[in-house]
Amino acid sequence: MKGVLHVAKSVVHDSGKKLNVREIIQEKKKTKSVSNLTEKLIPKILFGIAAISVFTTIGIVLTLLTETIAFFKDVPFIDFFTGTKLKPLGENAVFGVLPLLTGTLISTVIAMLVAIPVGLMTAIFLSEYASERTRKVLKPILEILAGIPTIVYGFFAFTFVTPLLRSFIPGLEPTNILSPGIVMGIMIIPMVASLSEDAMSSVPNAMREGALALGATKLEVTWKVVIPAAISGIIASFVLGISRAIGETMIVAIASGSSKNFTFDVTQSMQTMTAYIVEVTGGEAAAGTTLYYSLYAVAMTLFVFTLIMNLVAQYISRRFREEY
Amino acid sequence: MSTVTDKTNVNVNTAAGNEGAKDNKKVVYDTKDLNLWYGEGHALKNINLAINENEVTAIIGPSGCGKSTYIKTLNRMVEMVPSVKISGEILYRGRNILEKSYQVEDLRTSVGMVFQKPNPFPKSIYENIVYGPKIHGIRDKKILDEIVEKSLRGAAIWDEVKDRLNQNAYGLSGGQQQRICIARALAIEPDVILMDEPTSALDPISTLKVEELVQELKKDFSIIIVTHNMQQAARISDKTAFFLNGEVIEFAETDKIFSNPSDKRTEDYITGRFG
Amino acid sequence: MKYVDAKQVHKKMGSRLLANKLAKALFLMATLFGLVVLVVLIYRVLTAGLPWINMDFLTNRLSTDPGRAGIWGAIMGTFWLMLVVAPVTMILGIGTAIYLEEYATKGRISSFIKTNISNLAGVPSVVFGILGLTVFARALDLGSVVLAGGLTMALLVLPVVVVASQEAIRAVPQFLREASFGMGATKWQTIKNVVLPAALPGILTGVILALSRAIGETAPLVVIGIPALLIPIPDGIFDKFTILPVQIYYWTIDSALVAEYANLAAATIVILLLVLFVMNSIAILIRNKFQKRY
Repeated sequence: MKGVLHVAKSVVHDSGKKLNVREIIQEKKKTKSVSNLTEKLIPKILFGIAAISVFTTIGIVLTLLTETIAFFKDVPFIDFFTGTKLKPLGENAVFGVLPLLTGTLISTVIAMLVAIPVGLMTAIFLSEYASERTRKVLKPILEILAGIPTIVYGFFAFTFVTPLLRSFIPGLEPTNILSPGIVMGIMIIPMVASLSEDAMSSVPNAMREGALALGATKLEVTWKVVIPAAISGIIASFVLGISRAIGETMIVAIASGSSKNFTFDVTQSMQTMTAYIVEVTGGEAAAGTTLYYSLYAVAMTLFVFTLIMNLVAQYISRRFREEY
Repeated sequence: MSTVTDKTNVNVNTAAGNEGAKDNKKVVYDTKDLNLWYGEGHALKNINLAINENEVTAIIGPSGCGKSTYIKTLNRMVEMVPSVKISGEILYRGRNILEKSYQVEDLRTSVGMVFQKPNPFPKSIYENIVYGPKIHGIRDKKILDEIVEKSLRGAAIWDEVKDRLNQNAYGLSGGQQQRICIARALAIEPDVILMDEPTSALDPISTLKVEELVQELKKDFSIIIVTHNMQQAARISDKTAFFLNGEVIEFAETDKIFSNPSDKRTEDYITGRFG
Repeated sequence: MKYVDAKQVHKKMGSRLLANKLAKALFLMATLFGLVVLVVLIYRVLTAGLPWINMDFLTNRLSTDPGRAGIWGAIMGTFWLMLVVAPVTMILGIGTAIYLEEYATKGRISSFIKTNISNLAGVPSVVFGILGLTVFARALDLGSVVLAGGLTMALLVLPVVVVASQEAIRAVPQFLREASFGMGATKWQTIKNVVLPAALPGILTGVILALSRAIGETAPLVVIGIPALLIPIPDGIFDKFTILPVQIYYWTIDSALVAEYANLAAATIVILLLVLFVMNSIAILIRNKFQKRY
């Protein structure tokens, strides 16, 4: 490097004021083998980094799979998926996953009953009715709602929504599936709203104008033109919302308690798959016990459910993508 | 009809190939039987051109005729299009640049390029100019300063920007930006400068400045300029090649092309009958 | 004979317009519902939590006594956690994005990696917790320390950084790359000197959003095994730790036993939301400052 610099300087001095950049560059080129090596190494390193995300997925699947297999050595597969009784602790432990599945199912249904109508109506308002100014005010509110940590929603469900609901639903238990279900729905509104709005906004204006010019009202245009045209994106947003509800943990872990009853009564405490995982790991299950393995069997079930939902959402939005 | 066209083609091509040898100037770029496809589209067909050093060579033709593709082949920028296929030879100073072993970085260090739209980096004027020297390993601040002044003077913009070298190049007008881009290309002292419609995004006054600059630069550099503006070609170039549908229809002294074209299609084009 | 009876249409028009108006009001109400919830939520948290925030609350250690309990340990835990998450997720996320956008040919491998990342984004955070528990805490025998939690969290928010960086890199105009290649720059020189600096604001915004997601994330760390009452203050990445959201969790579920714990939880939420507010403001500032310059 020093030598090169020296050459460079001498070029300046020897030829008086004349500077010959071309020559300096030729000189520098001789020492360039290092940069050639970098040029070859960098893509390999970056590929290695990109592969880590794949290894993460493989890691998740392998981890879940090996311990789940160990679990099914202790508990028959059929018993696990058809058992309505879950009693993981004590002498006669029973592992039936149905109470957790119904808990997950019911909380998801409640959440979507809130998130789908409110989310869709929000999307319609923002995409079809709101002026640019109104949208600029309202969209950040949705973004803030989406950015609030789920633990905060859990706190809100437990200390505010449940007491509020109990004031007019007398039979509601202090921990129940209804309240976290509703709050989960509120949490998912921004997701449904923004994804549906994206889908509706990408419907070309020419389609709207065609209908408006025939004397249709905005509502009719929305209902008969925009929503049918954007339906794949809208449904994909619902499916992603469902996936989010299935995987949501802290709201239900806090506000729904840990009752493992097999029931459909929304006023009662129920446990979801996610909440079960939190409860069992929090209780420090000793490795190698059936209880410990059950953690993985439940997590595997959860993983498969959400994976299917995500693949379905991807399939819908890819398969039915409208080309305008 | 078709046989007649083919015949003229052959004649023109051989004429083009020999043109460079007639005068005593050295050939800097010699293109032989160049064909280029974008996927299935045959964009360049049997191009034969010999381009001299220290001259301005203009390439004219209607849009889509392959003139931009051709100039981008000369520094292999065309390879950035994924589906591109090339056959034939382009000899730059006697070496075939289309060979795999030819390092594109070396080629592009010797062959500078100025693009259609001014494309300075979103950095200071100073940083724009020293970009090339820096990536080629020049770090000495004194040398860099000297390069900056020399290049900006060379691009006839030194007086306009010397007091604001540390300001962002995006604060300049379009015409100034384009001259910054020319200065940036000059900074590594290339042998050839390729210009791909360098004035198409500029106003008439800026265009005039760039044209004057081109005249000035040909003393030290060989310049190949693509333009859709025939008056511009007539004003600034020594030789002109007329491209049509991916073929070279005619290549000759600019005066001859514009006063006495030998091909009917050239005449139609320069008299404004199409394109 | 006319197919369209103007009178009939006119008569119906009134009710159609009314329906439109009612629907608009309904849609507006649905949109404002989110705002109402937000206001109520923040009001509740502030009224329950603000009176409990003072210097002692911020600087004290944990305690079962609500009057003496403080969140200094959780603040330091969050700090150390971010010190692991930020560099790891940046290296992995930006590296992956550069590979996908600049180097990968549009073939099977790159589309496989892309599909994989979007699926990873949909994996419930609690499952990442299981991964962290099994691989980092147990198999690598790190235990429930900052490093194990940080690596888990970095993988969890990785898709956010990858997608944001990809978008930022894609938004760098091709003509800037061409300018660089035209000077004889190599690919990596172009990426390092032109593409990354131009994409930096977008990438930084993505990183901040990812970190603010990580700061509020609870489930994976509960799964990895953070004790409910950890009194020592963490002093490095190999220490056991707790973080703000986990502390909120334990105080909330125990508020059935000791009512004041709900106030402690609310006070901690105020601090957490404040941190998130600051981070998001920075992200917005960066986004606005560097928006569209070419």
